[in-house]
Amino acid sequence: MVLVVLLATFTIFFMLPKWAGQDIAVLFAGKATGAEQLAGIRVKLGLDDPVLVQFWDFVKGIPMGRDYVNGNDVTHCAAPCFGYSFRTEAPVWDTLKDALPVTLALAAGACVLWLAAGVATGVLSALKRGTVWDRSAMTIALGGVSLPVFFTGMVAMGVFVHSLGWVKIADSLSTDDSIGTWLQTLILPWIVLAFLNAAMYARLTRATMLEILGEDYIRTARAKGLGEPAVITRHALRSAMTPILTVFGLDLGVLLGGAVLTESTFNLPGLGLAAVQAISNKDLPVILGVTLFAALAIAVANLVVDLLYAVIDPRVRLG
Amino acid sequence: MPTSSSKRRLAAGAALVVAALVTTTACGGGDGDDNSKGSSKGAGYDAAYNKIANASTKKGGTLKMVGKQDLDSADPQRAYYGMSWDFMRFYTRQLVTYAPKAGAGSTELVPDLATDNAKITDGGKTYTYTLRDGVTWEDGSPITSKDVKYGIERIWAKDTITGGPQYLQQNLDPKLEYKGPYKDKAKDKLGLKAIETPDDKTIVFKLPKPNGDFEQFLAMPSGSPVKQDKDTGAKYTQKPFSAGPYKFESYKANKKIVLVRNDKWSKASDPIRAALPDKIDVTISANLEENDKRLMEGDYDVDLNGTGMTQSGRVTAVQDHRDSVDNMRTSFVRYVALIHTAKPFDNVHCRKAVFYATDFAGLQQVRGGKLAGGDIANSTLPVSIKGHSDYDPYGVIERKGKPDAAKAKDELKQCGKPGGFSTKITARNNNPGEVDTAEALQEQLGKVGIKLEVDALDGAETSAITGSPKVVKARGYGMTMSGWGPDFPSGQGFGQPLWDSRFLADTGNYNESQIKDKKIDGLFDKAIAETDPEAAGKIYEELDKRILDQADWMPFIYEKNITWRGPRLTNVYMSDAYNGRYDYASLGVVK
Repeated sequence: MVLVVLLATFTIFFMLPKWAGQDIAVLFAGKATGAEQLAGIRVKLGLDDPVLVQFWDFVKGIPMGRDYVNGNDVTHCAAPCFGYSFRTEAPVWDTLKDALPVTLALAAGACVLWLAAGVATGVLSALKRGTVWDRSAMTIALGGVSLPVFFTGMVAMGVFVHSLGWVKIADSLSTDDSIGTWLQTLILPWIVLAFLNAAMYARLTRATMLEILGEDYIRTARAKGLGEPAVITRHALRSAMTPILTVFGLDLGVLLGGAVLTESTFNLPGLGLAAVQAISNKDLPVILGVTLFAALAIAVANLVVDLLYAVIDPRVRLG
Repeated sequence: MPTSSSKRRLAAGAALVVAALVTTTACGGGDGDDNSKGSSKGAGYDAAYNKIANASTKKGGTLKMVGKQDLDSADPQRAYYGMSWDFMRFYTRQLVTYAPKAGAGSTELVPDLATDNAKITDGGKTYTYTLRDGVTWEDGSPITSKDVKYGIERIWAKDTITGGPQYLQQNLDPKLEYKGPYKDKAKDKLGLKAIETPDDKTIVFKLPKPNGDFEQFLAMPSGSPVKQDKDTGAKYTQKPFSAGPYKFESYKANKKIVLVRNDKWSKASDPIRAALPDKIDVTISANLEENDKRLMEGDYDVDLNGTGMTQSGRVTAVQDHRDSVDNMRTSFVRYVALIHTAKPFDNVHCRKAVFYATDFAGLQQVRGGKLAGGDIANSTLPVSIKGHSDYDPYGVIERKGKPDAAKAKDELKQCGKPGGFSTKITARNNNPGEVDTAEALQEQLGKVGIKLEVDALDGAETSAITGSPKVVKARGYGMTMSGWGPDFPSGQGFGQPLWDSRFLADTGNYNESQIKDKKIDGLFDKAIAETDPEAAGKIYEELDKRILDQADWMPFIYEKNITWRGPRLTNVYMSDAYNGRYDYASLGVVK
């Protein structure tokens, strides 16, 4: 499966420009480069090799490293080699390695917040159906789903950073920074991103819970004298978690591939921002590296979700 | 039914949302030529426009810069962005460079590593320089003529040293016989025959044919020395070895650049660089609106990119901090190329009809008004280029940019198209306001019967579309809208790719009008051979008149922008040589 994801990503992002008539050597070198030099670049990057050879060289480079050779000109790319940035000459892995902690931290914090807030709100709304609480929560949720991150992000920064001065956002984030700096910088992105997703989860949880609460087995549980908290948590919520987990797996995967808007709005140097910068610089290897990672993240997140089904729903285990 | 308490809650919630919306939209309001007085404590509105604001020689502090875009490369031979060239004077030096003067004075070339400007002999084909005493690298070793030669030779290694301008290569070795230092079989890797280094202090350039702008090419960072044993090839961009007053402490591409003092640099050897701050800290941040806010809050002093503030930023800046704002004049000209091969633009009268029918003042408004858009253009050359004049054959300035429909119709009659005609215009959709401007032109020309169809193109694809005469013909384009700035401040630097028939190319073509005029080609040859910039300017003036008289290429705006000047900044002035950016090498932060 991983190989299929690799091949699809490689094809789309490395071969399509070539098939569309765009010379990758020109992307690498710039327009004003002579034919002889372009030929040298093609040899070095292996651009004249058959597609499958190029793909195999690329895949092999990930676990084993790779040498880019043009006569005496040899550039070694250590494992895991995803190629070299056209712009910075740095290995793509360095970019991914630097960006990953930021994206992971953003995703982890936002996920916890939106799952907790979204599911709790959804459950409460379902239990208090038709009340002011329910209507207010769902109105706010509608707002959350409708408002794009760049809008809520700018408003949040305008209020909490510029007007009230409660939060100080760092110029950039790296693993050298203190936990305090990370928390200060990430708190608003977490909330903004969680607001967007929590809203959707609240609506999803509410709808699912309402459906489940009307099921016969819930009535049976209550009839047997089971306490309401146990009915809600052990029976209703557990059943409701299956569709929530499915959506969560997809969302988490997408987020791990880079929250492009959130990272751009808050200038968080994660995978999403790296992708945006690479696209604007036509830096194909970095685009490929980030996309590959995003595709893998989605695949892995879905695999984990599939495994988790068995934990939360015994029917899956039995089946 | 909601209770009264729930109504109150809803009202409070609604008020919060409205307040939030107001907070945001207040920044995105209208724009224009606002003259209200601001409340900041800057040096005054336009204080750095053509003059020095907060003149100071005090050293110390950290100059804090922010930019959306990183340097295209930190390697002097690979960079092509104007802001990179401006920034590079912190750590690179050239034989000659631009004078540390405000406005037009900055375009004067003055000696930097060299003791004097070039001694030009052999009918303009030989340029000789002597290096100053005491010029050193960051390790204290002397900068020699061989280092200069080696640095320039790197331009030839285009498979490794990608990007960057080619002017030195084209003028020293037009047949590309040299293969670059990495493939050089000579032991010292100094095999380029067109450059001689008889001793460590002397360097001689031998051109196959004269070019009066040759010193301009040497003033670009691509003319910088590189120390051979510190050359890391393609990776040199990650940490260039400094010859200037600052050296790299760290560089994280697309994130952060930190420069600190190079203690081996001596002010006595460098009459150009003020070297006032102790440290230069550059943050690359993707959110332009946020960058503007933080500039206005004093977190940063100046925008590295120098492309002007965002719409929301400039409204706040002009209204509330007018004293900290400069209305910079860039060297960019917004233009419409009238394609001669597209009928009926093969007829000069149909081209002239477009000049008369265009509402230049209207286009100016669409581009952001006089402050954020720019001034109405008459000459094809920007104000900062010698050769620019007040010549205004279509009365554009006289009519304050308004159209003359009667004359337009008269020209259409002479063209044999009294009822007008139909054609297509291209505009780039990733260039702010360009499509809107093309649509405004569409409406204006429609009033005299010229029916325009606007084709919005992805800016990244234009070189393959408008840059290909074949594609232009196949798609039936009659006009292209775009903007253009010079690589170096001369008529050649601005106009040769645009108007010289010998620059017409099958792809990547910038002679979009497809002008094939022997008189224009001849004027370029004459001006380029001229080593006196003033005399060359006179020839470019003649060339400008020729293009306007033939209605080949219609300039409509000399671009301006609103630039934030942090109140801490000292010694700050707009430099024409750097396309209307501040001269970064002169900036300080301690009053």
